[in-house]
Amino acid sequence: MNRGTIAATLAALTVAGCATTGAEKGSGERVRIASDPFPSTYQRYPGAPVVITGVTILDGEGGRIEGGQVYLADGRIQAVGQNVGAPAGTPVIDGSGKYVTPGIIDVHSHLGVYPSPGVQAHDDGNEATGPSRPEVWAEHSVWPQDPGFSRALVNGGVTSMQILPGSANLFGGRSVTIKNVPARTVQGMKFPGAPYGMKMACGENPKRVYGDKGGPATRMGNIAVTRQTWINAKAYKRKWDAYEADGGDVPEQDLAMDTLRGVLDGKILVHNHCYRADEMANMIDLSKEAGYKITAFHHAVESYKVADLLAREGICSAMWADWYGFKMESYDAVRENIAFVDRAGACAIVHSDDPNGIQRLNQEAAKAMAAGRRAGLPITEEQAWRWLAMNPAKALGVFERTGSLRAGKDADVVLWNGNPFSTYTRPERVWVDGALLYDANNPRLRPVSDFELGQPGEGDVK
Amino acid sequence: MKTLPLVSALALALVSATPVAAQTIVITGGTVALGDGSAPIPNGTVVITDGRVVAAGGAAVRVPGGARTIDATGKWVTPGIVAGFSRLGLVDVDAVDAANDASSEGPFSAALDVAPAINPNAAPVAVNRAEGITRAVVAPSVGKGIFAGQGALIDTGADAEAVTRARLFQYVELGEGGAEQAGGSRAAAHVLLRNALREAQQIAGGNAGGRNQTGRTADDPREDPVVSNPNESRSYEAQRNQDVLLTRFDAVALVPVLRGRQILLVHAERASDLRQVIALKREFPSLRLVIVGADEGWTVARELAASNIPVIASALSDLPASFESLAATQSNVGRMRAAGVKVAIGTLNDDDPRMAFRARWYAGNLVGLSRLPGAAGLSWGEALKAITSAPAEAFGLGGEIGSLAPGRRGDLVIWSGDPLDNQSAAEVVMIDGVEQPLVTRQTRLRDRYRDLTRGVLPEAYRR
Repeated sequence: MNRGTIAATLAALTVAGCATTGAEKGSGERVRIASDPFPSTYQRYPGAPVVITGVTILDGEGGRIEGGQVYLADGRIQAVGQNVGAPAGTPVIDGSGKYVTPGIIDVHSHLGVYPSPGVQAHDDGNEATGPSRPEVWAEHSVWPQDPGFSRALVNGGVTSMQILPGSANLFGGRSVTIKNVPARTVQGMKFPGAPYGMKMACGENPKRVYGDKGGPATRMGNIAVTRQTWINAKAYKRKWDAYEADGGDVPEQDLAMDTLRGVLDGKILVHNHCYRADEMANMIDLSKEAGYKITAFHHAVESYKVADLLAREGICSAMWADWYGFKMESYDAVRENIAFVDRAGACAIVHSDDPNGIQRLNQEAAKAMAAGRRAGLPITEEQAWRWLAMNPAKALGVFERTGSLRAGKDADVVLWNGNPFSTYTRPERVWVDGALLYDANNPRLRPVSDFELGQPGEGDVK
Repeated sequence: MKTLPLVSALALALVSATPVAAQTIVITGGTVALGDGSAPIPNGTVVITDGRVVAAGGAAVRVPGGARTIDATGKWVTPGIVAGFSRLGLVDVDAVDAANDASSEGPFSAALDVAPAINPNAAPVAVNRAEGITRAVVAPSVGKGIFAGQGALIDTGADAEAVTRARLFQYVELGEGGAEQAGGSRAAAHVLLRNALREAQQIAGGNAGGRNQTGRTADDPREDPVVSNPNESRSYEAQRNQDVLLTRFDAVALVPVLRGRQILLVHAERASDLRQVIALKREFPSLRLVIVGADEGWTVARELAASNIPVIASALSDLPASFESLAATQSNVGRMRAAGVKVAIGTLNDDDPRMAFRARWYAGNLVGLSRLPGAAGLSWGEALKAITSAPAEAFGLGGEIGSLAPGRRGDLVIWSGDPLDNQSAAEVVMIDGVEQPLVTRQTRLRDRYRDLTRGVLPEAYRR
């Protein structure tokens, strides 16, 4: 291989040993592709131990405790139950008449990549320069000063989210999962240990964007380009797998293919924007041909038509409660979508895709629950909270750490000032990793982004 | 009988938008909210005769004999929700150009009239009807120029007669959107506006609407943008080609605005833009102004209140989405209301062709906000008013719609529970006293796919 390629490769690689030895077969140490070149620098903020008492607990996994207690200390949930036996002297919050839930997790956000103000200079969500761009990473577009993060925290009780590239491309690039804690850099927000996701898209958007830019111009074109890309990715994977096992000439590195190889290795989770039921079925077959698993369909407006298939395949659906009709592929929305998916035994998630919607995901879940109940499904509040906590946490590969109120998990917790399924209820306090980052009663505990500093309304209730 | 069976309700609705002669409907036992800002009345009664409200209230309401009675025990009863700002009926699917009549790139602007474009069969009309929206203010979007054209008030009834009031208002953009349309600056938008009024003035002749009408004379024409030469209208046709920007149709369409016979609905968000709108009223006293947007309204709430200009606000806008909304907060509506501004809720640039039904949840959120330290919200009664009588009054139609006061149109909803809570649903919707079907494409699809078990025929046969 030529020197220039090695030099370019080195720039993006973590090199064990030197490249010249790496290129020699059987010489021991080899060129390795960095698995985490932009590592998380997130560190939890200090939090005082606290026990919330007399509170209704929705644990995020489907459990409910009335008049219960939650004990937080050292950044972790220490205990949840009727009586947790917190150490004497632990500060107590009386939660009578209030609810405690795990923090909401939004599996589909564009905060930071389409921030406020939504000016052209901030339009960083779609690398719409080619239909297949798995080499771009959303984190490199995230503006940590997006004021939307703070609204999601204080009005929405959102403690983690996945930030995705847009859906102009068949392969939109890597997502990033963050803790909703303000930081100077995106690295400072990255959820430690969370796997990467990759955004894919079906349907109208890619063919609209590329129809007069060389294609694909049709849905069949979408599928063809997607399949060919996976064929290329498998060839790339074979080369690198062989090199890593046996050495030899260092294969050329390709950022796009690295991401796809990560998917084929099961290390990167596929989040597939796909509205229509028939297209979901196509993507499922396509994924089997290529050899990867789809973690979740997003904007899955027609999941109710194939809820049985989605349950069988173990694929989550990330859905809105009532969005419809903004384009053809959203024309067949029904209010019972989320409830019907859940009833089928498939993984149902309420997502936002919206800087306003992310502030009221609890209310979106309430609407979906109510629609399901009117259709005769006896959905409980504790079941419905799984749509906001356990299910998105699983879809992001972070359920070991967050997404339910289990002893040992991150203390990502919301105390609501009433029943969170009511339009009248707001977060009263929000903890992330045990740090109290919002308190409705304390104006000092209200994040203000750099952008808002010195502007009208700085530090206002929002 | 609680509700008409669906088929008969449909038949009734299809026959005519007007109510069956001399029919009286009495709704009893429900929690009745009048929509005028007052608190709900437990165990209230509403009487509708010939499509109009005859009486509504508590025990004092006399129940006539021989009426059709609906028992609303355990339910809530309110006036139909009025969408204070929408594009309902102009769009079936936003992204399908052929099914989207919200804006035009054609030669006309102010002359455009949405009324002929309204499609009562557009799927969003039924969806919003089923959510208790009975009337909607429908505005066009700007295509070319700062004027979008003339909006209407429609009903959402399942019949052919959707337009309640055509050419209710003229819509103009005077913030960032207006600046963009005018060529890139607010200064240009304001000159375009004044020029348009000047051209309307020339066509109308005389001093209709200008400052001179107030008795004041402007000796120096530079002080007064309204041309006052009495010969101007006579010589106008000859001169017209020398200095006009508007088509004749557009200029003519602005005459009612200038004379105060048609509302001028102004979109503005930024504090300084709102002050300019207020100033406009001083410059052209006959203008009947209504503001839509007003994200920064709370920062100029006292001036707005003093101006008496009604405001249709986006209730939960709280992001600095643009440089004209830096001070946006969900407390905006509550603070404006507290300062005495006449505020209603609308869904501006908020999926407005389809999602007007969000209004009741927005209103509910403002009630919730009133319980948050440091925030300003609305009482429950005020919140309901913001989506019923307040938008009606803003457009001068408070005597017709928006409340259950005697004489108002029989637009009414019976809800399964508190209508401002997101878990309640509309169970009976009446428009002009006619019970409406609540079936939509969405409910039909739900029923088709409720059970995914393979049948003896494909799903396409399930109806």
